[in-house]
Order: sequence, then structure tokens, then C-alpha cells
Amino acid sequence: MAWDSRARRVVMIYLPLACFILILLFPFYWMAITSFKPNAELLNYKEHNPFWITSPTLAHLKHLLFDTSYPRWLKTTMLVAIGSTFLSLFASTLAAYAIERLRFRGSPYVGLGIYLAYLVPPSILFIPLATVIVQFGLFDSPLALILVYPTFLVPFCTWLLIGYFKSIPYELEECALVDGATRLQILWRITLPLAVPGLISAGIFSFTLSWNEFIYALAFIQSGANKTVPVAILTELVTGDVYQWGALMAGSLLGSLPVALFYSLFVDYYVSSLTGAVKE
Amino acid sequence: MSVTTLPSRGHALHQPGWVARLFDYKPFLIVMCLAPAIGLLLVFLTYPLGLGIWLAFTDTTIGQRGVYIGLENFQYLLKDPLWWNAVFYSVFYTAIATFGKFALGFWLALLLNNHFPLKSLIRAIVLLPWIVPTVLSALAFWWIYDPQFSIISYLLVDVLHLRSSNVDFLGSPWPARFSLIAANIWRGIPFVAISLLAGLQTISPSLYEAAMLDGATSWQRFRYITFPMMMPILAIVMTFSIIFTFTDFQLVYAITRGGPVNSTHLLATLAFQRGIAGGELGEGAAIAVSMIPFLVFATLFSYFGLARRKWQQGEAND
Repeated sequence: MAWDSRARRVVMIYLPLACFILILLFPFYWMAITSFKPNAELLNYKEHNPFWITSPTLAHLKHLLFDTSYPRWLKTTMLVAIGSTFLSLFASTLAAYAIERLRFRGSPYVGLGIYLAYLVPPSILFIPLATVIVQFGLFDSPLALILVYPTFLVPFCTWLLIGYFKSIPYELEECALVDGATRLQILWRITLPLAVPGLISAGIFSFTLSWNEFIYALAFIQSGANKTVPVAILTELVTGDVYQWGALMAGSLLGSLPVALFYSLFVDYYVSSLTGAVKE
Repeated sequence: MSVTTLPSRGHALHQPGWVARLFDYKPFLIVMCLAPAIGLLLVFLTYPLGLGIWLAFTDTTIGQRGVYIGLENFQYLLKDPLWWNAVFYSVFYTAIATFGKFALGFWLALLLNNHFPLKSLIRAIVLLPWIVPTVLSALAFWWIYDPQFSIISYLLVDVLHLRSSNVDFLGSPWPARFSLIAANIWRGIPFVAISLLAGLQTISPSLYEAAMLDGATSWQRFRYITFPMMMPILAIVMTFSIIFTFTDFQLVYAITRGGPVNSTHLLATLAFQRGIAGGELGEGAAIAVSMIPFLVFATLFSYFGLARRKWQQGEAND
């Protein structure tokens, strides 16, 4: 009986779960293994088992870091991601505070309006936005990306932070008000410190999304030096008819690592805020 | 937290500078707090949205202001087989990929909802495809779909001997279309699974206990408890998923750029090709604007289609 239920559990749960994990992780394994394979092994499946490396090499990584502008692209991507994350956190914290705590007539509608902005996909906006960026003289500048990314970051962050502010007892703020603290002092010294977990998850969310963003970076940045990693790999590294798969995969791996690391440090915040946001 | 330890208390009372007093005037404070967020959204979202709709009715090209030409762009699109092809593939892509993501994601969520060792680690691993930049994982798929060195072909031909020649994943229209859909499903499963997992955890165990006592089978418990209770979350997650799958850009741009012979163009990639790469801003904007009716329809359909059923269930249960 006990054996029977255990066998059933293996077939019904562990086996399918193992298949899911295998399939979900395989492209990363393939990416990693390609990055360190010498070209001879990479293009010869007859003599070498493709799933393994016999003589790993750092040649692809070296080529990427020293013969291309990859370090420059990484730096630009980092700058854009950090800049837009801070801008979004600043704007959405204030907005969420105003909507949730300063309660005014119409505050639910302002909240709804900001939330609806999340449903406007970048694919519809990139053509007119490109002309706006040109008008502002920001074409080909990373600053354009820092200013534009908040349009899809602010709605989600505001929504997330409204939920967080709701969970902080209002009595704390009332006491401070009675004691004569100003509203800004209350925000800075009471509400924000208590909302740190929410700020962290909003920050991780913004950082990963900015790192990920593609269509705006493709449309607004022209010169090779100012490109972000996803765009640069696709437009600068993919050249000619013979693709340098080793370098391409090394670039993908290296470009994925910062978000993967950043995310793994805070994965608990991340999952709980995601599940929390859905529960709301 | 003790509120009396606020060091600012005396400061506010003794030096009520005009700036501090201004910030305590609530309407001013509200405006100041909302200004950054609303300002950014108005300048970089609302204004471009309106401008895009206006551009769709002009013949603007890069470097040249256009004039109003009425519905000419749209009339042109209606006669353009490439636009119809993009409409077809966008709808097909969204329908099949959404179905796949939700079927597999729901299954994964049900699996993750069980108790087993290393649960949080596995949950973290499962989210990885969703975290990693799409273009970078799309490149990995491009390499997996390589005509000569595809690892899938290797498995099918050399290991399993199921085929005699390599699979031409991206070289002809239908295989390319399904290859892109497979990559999209792969990327979408984690988000669906984690969101639905959150929903599963809100279902009270007492419902299942009561059903067990009544002798319900596990299928009946899924059909009459899990599924109806998940409807509201399914409606929200599916609405989001449909919007972002329909307007997807990067996956297709990275793997096929719309080829072979333009068979895998989504409306977004076609808009980019005509609007930015081709310089026809007006026409590109018209293609982008032509996504809006589909989006509105799909959103209403998924949201009200699913939410209404939940409402009916709720009425019946009360």
C-alpha cells in the first residue's frame, strides 16, 4: 500500500516535474556549454558528444571581452537599468503614497489610470515615441531609455507599492501627525522604512525589466557604442553568414548573469511579492 | 516602533519655514507627489499614443513631416497580403501559445503545489526562463534550431534514429511558425505557473476535505473546486498574457526577423520593418494602431469570458 502510493507519487509528480525542469533549463545549459566549447567540437557532432566538452576553452569569452565593445555595452545597460530603476522607484513611491495615504477625491481613478498605462504595450508606442525622442534631441542617447522605461515600470511599481502601503498600519502615521511631524517627514521616516521589502521587490522588478527591454533600445539607439546588451548582441555580433555561436552564446550567458544573480539574491522577496500581487 | 522617538518633532514645531508649510498644505503635496509619475506617463505614454494614432492618418516618413491623408494607410493595408499574413500569424501565434502556456503552466502549478523537498529552490529555478532577457534566450533557441547543428536534429537523427535527415526548423513557413510558438511557450510557462500557484494557495483546504468526505474523485475535485476557484486569477493572468503575446516583438525579431518569405511577421515586427527600418512612419504607425482593435477584443473576451463564469459560479454557490 505504502509502496503503491509512493510509486504513484513518482509517476504523477516527480517524473513530470523533472521533465519540466529539464526542458525549462536546457536552453541555459546549451548556452553555457556552447560558450566554452572550442570551435572544432562545436561543429563536429560525429566525433564529439555534443552534450559535453572535452577541452573547454575561454577563447569565445576572450574574443567577446577584448575584441568587441561588449564591456561598453554591459556598462551602458547597467547605467540604463539603474537609472530607470531609481527614477521609477522615486516616481512610483510618491504616487503610491499620494493615492493610498493622502486620499483625495478621485484618488481611486488616478490609481486606475496609472494601472491602465501598464496595459499599453511598447509595440504600439515605439514609432511615435521615436519621433518624440528625436524632438527632444535625445536620439541615440541612453538618457532617452532612462526616461522612457519608467512608462512601463511606474504602473507596476505603483500598484505593488500601493499594496505595501496598505499593509502598514495608518495609526503609526496618525500618531506622528499628532506629534507635529510634517507629511514628508512621515513618509521619509516612518512609511518608507516599513515599506523596504516592497521597495526591494519593485526595484528588482524594474531592474530586470529594464535589462530585458528590447524594442525601445533597438529603435532609439543608433551608434554601436551606445547600444544595450540585448540589442548589441543581435545587431553587432551577428555578422555575415557564418555565425560565431561560441561568442554569441558567451555574450548571452554573460548578459543573463547580472539579472540571474541579482534575482537569486532576492528570490524570496520576488516570489512573495509576485504571489502577493496576484492575491490582491 | 515608538513614535515619540521621532527626532523631527521639535524641528517641525519651531521652524515652520514657508517651504515646510507649503508641503503640509495637502492639495499642494498631492500635486507634488503625483507630478513625477503622471508627468512621465503623460509625456512618454499618453502623448505618444495620441501622436501614433495621428501619424497613422498621415504619410509621414523619417525626416519629413506628413500631411493628413485620411484612411489611405488603412485602405492600403487592407489590400496588402503581408499585413493580412501578419494578422493571421499574430492571432494564430497568440491563440496557440496562450493555450500551450496555460495548459502546461497550470499543470506545473499543480505539481509545485505539492509538498516535496527543495521546494523553494525548484520554484526559483522554474522562474529562470522568465527572468533572463528574452533576446538572449531567443538566441539560444536560434542556435538550438540551427539547420545543421541543431541539438534536436542530433537527438532525432543520430541518437533516436527517428528521422533520416535534419529538421529544417526555420527554413520553411510552418516549421518556423511552430518553432517560434514553442520558444514563446517555453518563456511563458514560469509566469503562468507562479501566478496560478499563488491562486492555488488561496483555496481553502477545507473545501477539498469536504469533497473527500463526500467521496469526490481527484478529477472531480479539480473540476468542481480547483478550476472554478481559479477563474478570477485565470482571467487576469490570461488577459495580460494575451496582450503581451499578441504584441510580442523581440522573440520573432531575434529568431527569424519575420522570415522565411515574411511568413512569421507579427504585426509588431511588420510595423518595425515598415516604420523604423523602412522609414515609412505613417504606415508603420497604422500597422501598430491596427493592433488596438484586436487587443481590445481579446482583452474583453478573455476577461469577461472568464470572469463572468466565475460570477455565475459564485451566484450558484451562495
